[in-house]
Amino acid sequence: MARVAGGDDGGGGADGDRPFPPGEYPILVVGSGPGGLQTSYCLRRLGVEHAVISRDDRPGGMFRWYPVFQRLLSWTQLDAPFERGSREFEWYDHNSLLGDEREHQALICDVLDRSHVVPTRQQMEDGLAAFAERTPLRVRYGCSWESTRRENGRLVLTTSDGEYRCRAAVFALGVTEPWRSPIPGIDQVPHYADCRHGEDYAGKSVFIIGKRNSAFELADGLLPWASRIVLASPRPVETSNFAQASVRARYLQPYEVSVLGGGTYAVDAAIERIERDADGFRISASGTTRPGRIEMRADAAIAATGFTTPLRDQPQLGVAAVAQGRIPALTPFWRSVSAEDIYFAGNATQGAAGLRKHGVGSSSPAVHGFRYNARVLAEHLARDLFGIERERRRFEPAQLVPFLLHELAHAPELWAQKGYLARAVRFEPAQGIVDAGVVPLAHFVDAGGPEAIAVAVEMDTRGQIYPAAYRWRGGRLRGVELAGELLHRFQDAEHARVLTELLDDVVR
Amino acid sequence: MIDPDSLARLALFADLSRAELEAAGQLFDEQMYETGERILRQGLTGNAFYVLLDGCVAIKIDGTERARLFPGDFFGEVSILTGEPPTADVVAMNAIRCAVLGEPDVEGFLIRNPRVMLRMLQAEARRVRSANLWHG
Repeated sequence: MARVAGGDDGGGGADGDRPFPPGEYPILVVGSGPGGLQTSYCLRRLGVEHAVISRDDRPGGMFRWYPVFQRLLSWTQLDAPFERGSREFEWYDHNSLLGDEREHQALICDVLDRSHVVPTRQQMEDGLAAFAERTPLRVRYGCSWESTRRENGRLVLTTSDGEYRCRAAVFALGVTEPWRSPIPGIDQVPHYADCRHGEDYAGKSVFIIGKRNSAFELADGLLPWASRIVLASPRPVETSNFAQASVRARYLQPYEVSVLGGGTYAVDAAIERIERDADGFRISASGTTRPGRIEMRADAAIAATGFTTPLRDQPQLGVAAVAQGRIPALTPFWRSVSAEDIYFAGNATQGAAGLRKHGVGSSSPAVHGFRYNARVLAEHLARDLFGIERERRRFEPAQLVPFLLHELAHAPELWAQKGYLARAVRFEPAQGIVDAGVVPLAHFVDAGGPEAIAVAVEMDTRGQIYPAAYRWRGGRLRGVELAGELLHRFQDAEHARVLTELLDDVVR
Repeated sequence: MIDPDSLARLALFADLSRAELEAAGQLFDEQMYETGERILRQGLTGNAFYVLLDGCVAIKIDGTERARLFPGDFFGEVSILTGEPPTADVVAMNAIRCAVLGEPDVEGFLIRNPRVMLRMLQAEARRVRSANLWHG
């Protein structure tokens, strides 16, 4: 098997226009959803040779299929205080992938109309296809990853087209395989992924297993059709703090019907068994937050019990997983905690816990979070595996505090990935004050120095947003939580004073 | 989310019914750490309640090891109850697996499950007694 030449566009090879024939590549990216596309784009910008394969026939990943009822959770604001395509605008556009040139930026804006701030599934797919086409990104479509092994220090991925060898692989396959919780009889229940049309449930009583986003999305879509909807799972719906609610506000219409005692019920119950009968399903359950028995029947049942990452044979290579085996356990740079050559991009990057300060997790399950993970991952791979370092800006002492305050106020990476990503600046004897880029905050605080500062945007248990700074000085780390501000204006004199004090040896 | 059976085998959750265990399983997250990784950071972060499922962690104050915890032990609760940053680092001594409950969920969980709170108190009492004996 010859090493493939032709740079990151891949060779044409014997099979026509399909790039990246089987062979050896420094890095292999698997998947053509938003995580795979963003990773490939960023690797290419850094000059890291790699191949991209996908079993699909076109870009889009999970957005070719989900959400079932046509609109996403995340918003894109067509007009904002910042120019479309600017870095600051990214915080107002949670759906576009990141580009370095204007023609690659804010592409979801081109397919949205003003009927809704949240794109439809089709609009999201169109925006991702436009990104892949305009950049342009090369992907070997119709190439299915089948198995994985290690051989002579290389990962070997067997695919439907042949074998790929690589130094490291980035799996960007999402959390997309239907998963069912271990309830007796649930194997007879159609999964969320099997649902397509509301009219299939017209006039029926529907029992939905689950009370998180996918369950409420189904309930919202079925409200115009079903005669009765019951959602059940052991955990109560938490809505007291919208920033950390277990269901996003966009899908709360069925919950409102439930709390007002209408024809929809959101029940806290552990389902003991579900049985199919001639006309539908019989369900037995036991109340959790309130005691009680539920014995009921429904014309239809749906398991909205979530999805799992398609790890396939990776556990045999040492890849450990959490959340009942559904999510790979990852380091802050999204490498498997137990397999040194296997990285993840996209939705699966939620497997990196981060600091979880105040118990708040990252936004890595969403495009607006993991698009930044992909860029940080690409820089990490370029630096650690290939010695490619992006040229870094240097600061005069007087520039440092204003720069950090601007980042705290407007950096989309920090706002999207609150408490997970931070902007770091190093203080080096030879080079002075050097921008260290965007890094995982957990990595910064555990790295043990050198002399440096990182700033992050964080959220407390009440959902209050505030800026934070972490300073390594003389081998000791000091963390400071700065005051929040009603309109998040962090570029004022008081915030400047706190940062200046923290940096007194650098800026004075 | 965590497999309720992982919680069922721990003394802390021994009094919970199957339905309560399943509810807890949906509330707790599962996290894994590599050898040497810090789970709590002294004076800095740690706003979650951790129950050790597999592996061993060291409690370190200013870099000096003071104790080790093993499967079934828990940590992080003091920081939540007092609202103060952790007074120690908690460091993975080998590959560890934890059940984790974020601070926003801890109070509600304990109030809904008073038998878990009682078992926590019993464990805390044993820790205080051990500390008193050690100091005495």
